[in-house]
Amino acid sequence: MKLFAELIRTLDSTNKTTLKVEALTHYFEIAPDKDKVWAIAILSHRRPPRPVNTTLLREWATELANIPLWLFEESYHIVGDLAETIALIIPASDATSDKSLNQFLQEIIELKKLTDMEKKEYLHENWLELNYYERFVFSKLITGSFRIGVSQKLMTRALSKATNIDEDILAYKLMGNWEPSKISYTQLILEENEEDYLSKPYPFYLAYALENEVKELGDVSEWSVEHKWDGIRSQVIIRNNELFVWSRGEELVTDKYPEFQAFINAVPNGTVMDGEILPFPKGEIGTFNDLQTRIGRKTVSKALLEKTPVILKVYDLLEWNGKDIRNSSYKERRESLKSLVQDKDISETPLYLSESLAFNSWEEVAEERRRAREERSEGLMLKKLDSPYLVGRKKGDWWKWKVDPLTIDAVLTYAMRGHGRRSNLFTDYTFGLWDEEKNELVTFAKAYSGLTDAEFRKVDAWIKKNTLERFGPVRSVTPHHVFEIAFEGIAESKRHKSGVATRFPRILRWRQDKKIEDANTLEDLKALIP
Amino acid sequence: MSNPLLIFNEKGIYCEQAKVYLDPWKPVDHAIISHGHADHSRWGHKKYITHHSNVPIIKHRLGEIVVTGKEWNETFTINGVKFSLHPAGHIIGSSQIRVEYKGEVWVFTGDYKMEDDGVAVPYETVKCHSFITECTFGLPAFKWVPQDQVMTDVNNWWQQNREDGRTSVLFGYSLGKAQRLLKYLDPSIGKIYTHGAIENMTEVLRPQLSMPETIRITRDTKKEELKGSMVLAPPSAQGTPWIRKMVPFVTASASGWMTFRGARRRRAIDKGFVLSDHCDWQGLLQAIEGTGCEKVICTHGYTEIFSRFLREKGYDARTEETQYEGEIGELEAKSEIEKDLEIVKKST
Repeated sequence: MKLFAELIRTLDSTNKTTLKVEALTHYFEIAPDKDKVWAIAILSHRRPPRPVNTTLLREWATELANIPLWLFEESYHIVGDLAETIALIIPASDATSDKSLNQFLQEIIELKKLTDMEKKEYLHENWLELNYYERFVFSKLITGSFRIGVSQKLMTRALSKATNIDEDILAYKLMGNWEPSKISYTQLILEENEEDYLSKPYPFYLAYALENEVKELGDVSEWSVEHKWDGIRSQVIIRNNELFVWSRGEELVTDKYPEFQAFINAVPNGTVMDGEILPFPKGEIGTFNDLQTRIGRKTVSKALLEKTPVILKVYDLLEWNGKDIRNSSYKERRESLKSLVQDKDISETPLYLSESLAFNSWEEVAEERRRAREERSEGLMLKKLDSPYLVGRKKGDWWKWKVDPLTIDAVLTYAMRGHGRRSNLFTDYTFGLWDEEKNELVTFAKAYSGLTDAEFRKVDAWIKKNTLERFGPVRSVTPHHVFEIAFEGIAESKRHKSGVATRFPRILRWRQDKKIEDANTLEDLKALIP
Repeated sequence: MSNPLLIFNEKGIYCEQAKVYLDPWKPVDHAIISHGHADHSRWGHKKYITHHSNVPIIKHRLGEIVVTGKEWNETFTINGVKFSLHPAGHIIGSSQIRVEYKGEVWVFTGDYKMEDDGVAVPYETVKCHSFITECTFGLPAFKWVPQDQVMTDVNNWWQQNREDGRTSVLFGYSLGKAQRLLKYLDPSIGKIYTHGAIENMTEVLRPQLSMPETIRITRDTKKEELKGSMVLAPPSAQGTPWIRKMVPFVTASASGWMTFRGARRRRAIDKGFVLSDHCDWQGLLQAIEGTGCEKVICTHGYTEIFSRFLREKGYDARTEETQYEGEIGELEAKSEIEKDLEIVKKST
């Protein structure tokens, strides 16, 4: 545990990726094999089931800290992380434990079977016998996901440096449902497997946002115009009768989209496609909100699959008949792609072509962009017909031309303290719109960015003087201030009180010129739903 | 019932009987100033009274002002009200302000800490009936480790960076934190460079405090000579072109806020050292207990939470809105100097 806590401390002491990779590599070089497997598991979000519920955890930590429970709760709201709060609030200790990471995790797995009294005793004993970082890590292992600014990709890179095994191959080895308590380091990482090479993706080509007038791109006939889909950019690989789905973060997400298994029989081996994973409930493109229900899941239930199936909207072909064709022109690649999609077996699968549109003038293109929301897209992609498939973010051949955000004037109704450096200021706001029938404000969105520091300070001071009620960290305030809220998309939602979900809401400006009567109504907002 | 001895109005903490303000945030005739930080000593008052060791500091910051310096424990009477200054241990020249009238005693802490840092004259417990206290770090999550330990960590960090061929850039307030850090940096590791704002303030304080030698970074400073050195910079220098001269460098901040992992990460600072010139949770509680007071007024920080806790312990505790900021400025982009400039602009 010492080694692992030290690793977390080092990772915490730098914001530089190279130093993080260095620290991880060092850990993978010196840690015992069993610990390494657990470290890999934890950093790829595979943790044992939570052995104690958080209510009890809070109570027990509070007892040890000898403070009232409300004070623990307030501290937790401000610190923002339960394990960190526990580590801070329990009396300091210089002790350190010689137990290995593996031993701690075995104990945590066993803990689930104990009675509450035994659990409490175990936690109290260990909390007091660990120093700050060990205590933080120990509590983190019990409470939940381990977000410490290290992506699975970064971890994989370090593992690759420590083992001299190719990164993509490691990424493949680490996918799937392996059990850290049952697998050895050799089985998981070191054993060679020829099939590993099959999964290798190509680096993505990424576009910049259009900077100048669209006319400056030259002759419109040299460009392919497509809708820009609002899903998950991904590369889908079919090789040797196997399917691999990579997300743009270069994470293997094959298991999350079982409907794509159908491609194995329909798409020929030696094919790599670039496209967008989109939600497709009721046979049409859904909203990003729908997709969100799928993103977080490692295992997908049958009910969810039926309710929110996904499709692949494909726009490019990188490998065809086992050959890397990235250097041929977009036009040629699209022709191959067309012949692939036209195959009759494909029509049985969730593979759809992202249409390439041709226009006679840039005015027509602009007109199409205005229609984007009707098409459930977030704007247009402009791709030069003679462009090769480049590596990384490059200017010139591909541009994204997004639609302008939607906006609405809403009233500030609730405020919550920010976190970290903003924890003294009320910076997280809830906004309401008028329900005309009931003449009351209905919450529709939360936002916490878009104002300058100076504006936040002003609003904060006003909130402190105009609080109506307090609910823990949240305060309701006198409806008085109107803000213009911008958002990228909008959809109906049963989960929201307003009946509407907005995507990426943020504050565009503080409308000090407007009174609350001038704010928009819920009906105004609903009228924006495409 | 007579009016309270001290009230909070739109200009500051006011003693009506003496017609004097304590740390006012708007221009007034008579101001008693607790210490030199920008949120406590503002520009534009007609007359200033402060501890004599704070005089050179506020003169440096505010220019030509009319200021009287007092000794610790020296009583001066204004219209029957007895005032005296007592060490607050926050930074050099920082005082608590004791106010007594007809046997009733109030103490205003300004900013303070309990630990003797070997830089400021240590905090003195002053008995009172009403205690006006800051509570910047009034949460049980804040627990300081002894200065020796923190400074050992800082020096080890510097040593390690030097071995790795990197320059160490350490952020801290140019008044107070910078000199405290400087005093305990180990000059045997390497040279210590300073940002102009810190060097100016350090020059002002050298007659009062012995500190290792520093070198001001100027346009002529060569990139090569900085390598492996320590650079002390105000927080506002982060992310400016000025800092590019230090490449390759690593950054650290020394502040109470560094207790939170999130605070450091959000600011994109590599390393956080938990070092504060304010009280931690236990420090605040000890200070309050020591005064023997019945009433507590919390001015800035986690005022609501802290005063609720005090009420549960049986104190008559409440909060008052002020414009003091505690250590917040240490995390934000604006330096105290920039803030001064703004205040000057607004008042002229």
